[in-house]
Amino acid sequence: MAADKAEGGLVFHPMDQFIIKPLFGDGAIGMFTITNITLWLFLAVVATVLLMVFGTSKRAIVPSRSQSIAELAYGFIYKMVEDVTGKDAVKYFPYIFTLFIFILMANFLALLPMSYSPTSMIAVTAVLGFGVFIVVTILGFVINGASFLSLFWVSSAPLALRPILAIIEIISYFVRPVSHSIRLAGNIMAGHAVLKVFAGFAAITAVAPLAIFGIVAIYALEVLVAFIQAYVFTILTCVYLKDALHPHH
Amino acid sequence: MATESNGATSTSTCVGPDGSAIGMPQLCFEWFPNQIFWLVITLVVIFFVLSRIALPRIASVLAERQGTITTDIAAAEDLKRKAEEAEAAYDKALADARAEAQSIAQKTRDEIKAELDKAMAKADAEISAKAAESEKAISDIRATAMENVEAVAKDTAEAIVSALGGKADAKAVAAAVSNRIKG
Repeated sequence: MAADKAEGGLVFHPMDQFIIKPLFGDGAIGMFTITNITLWLFLAVVATVLLMVFGTSKRAIVPSRSQSIAELAYGFIYKMVEDVTGKDAVKYFPYIFTLFIFILMANFLALLPMSYSPTSMIAVTAVLGFGVFIVVTILGFVINGASFLSLFWVSSAPLALRPILAIIEIISYFVRPVSHSIRLAGNIMAGHAVLKVFAGFAAITAVAPLAIFGIVAIYALEVLVAFIQAYVFTILTCVYLKDALHPHH
Repeated sequence: MATESNGATSTSTCVGPDGSAIGMPQLCFEWFPNQIFWLVITLVVIFFVLSRIALPRIASVLAERQGTITTDIAAAEDLKRKAEEAEAAYDKALADARAEAQSIAQKTRDEIKAELDKAMAKADAEISAKAAESEKAISDIRATAMENVEAVAKDTAEAIVSALGGKADAKAVAAAVSNRIKG
């Protein structure tokens, strides 16, 4: 990835870590090519299965460490869905939990050295963000029919203001999936790029201690960001889902 | 943006001939289908693993734990009630024992008192008998002493009268002395 950083002066390639490469052979990247992103997505599945399936396999009344982590994640998201979206949204809990655990695992696996971060790719987060947007919008119309549009008609505002507010509401509604996906990709990408920039500076002896301290500090921040972004993505999904289920302000 | 590079040595338009990225790899459109395909596979697999195996299992474990906790709390309350009953029974037994001890002590005290009274009465009787006896003895002694004093006084008076040169009339002297002693 950034193996050539030290040759000659300072050459930073902070974005090279995001290049998608085929795992086997050297060919072009088609839709079904097994690439490094495939590997790290697969590892996210493995980590999820290890935690949620093998971690809970004992079904202990007094949980082991892995089982209590799995239960903690379950309880955390379950309570979030219940509190934010409402008790009638509990049937969507498996979908929301899938999003949460996938983003969490991908984010944390990306913090391993030499790893690849799928959640830093716009295409990946856009699928997640627009997926949530489309599902929520369809769900809103299926459940509420045309009255779902009352989401944009702020009945508590003065009548003269309502058309203007409706335009603002519609714009903000359609910007949601963009901000939803770019927030996640932007955070992860920026963090990893900054780590690489600090790593590039570490090649210069004079600033190496400072650069290494910077790597440690940014890494600590990234650990925090990895969790917070998964949390934020999930809670926003819950908020959007709440709009679909209860569109009246 | 997807840059149109010569890409003679590279297999991708997004990677330069030196192997470094041209622009942002995030925006390389030719990689999109690959990412989206594998992401969808990943999400579907995770969803089925979670919704078929993991989430029902965790839900059942949590429900079971809740049940166990409820049962245990009920059992604990039962035991607490039993403990309170046992404490009440213990208190009652203690009070009974105390009352009995009190009554036994009272009875013993009464018996001792009765015996003591009896002994005291006996001792009193003995003492009064002894006192009467002693009084009698004293009065006897006093009577004897009086007689002796009278006899000595008569003799002494006769002797004094005769010593003074008078003629001692025994009868008169005795009468005078007894008169004097009595008066």
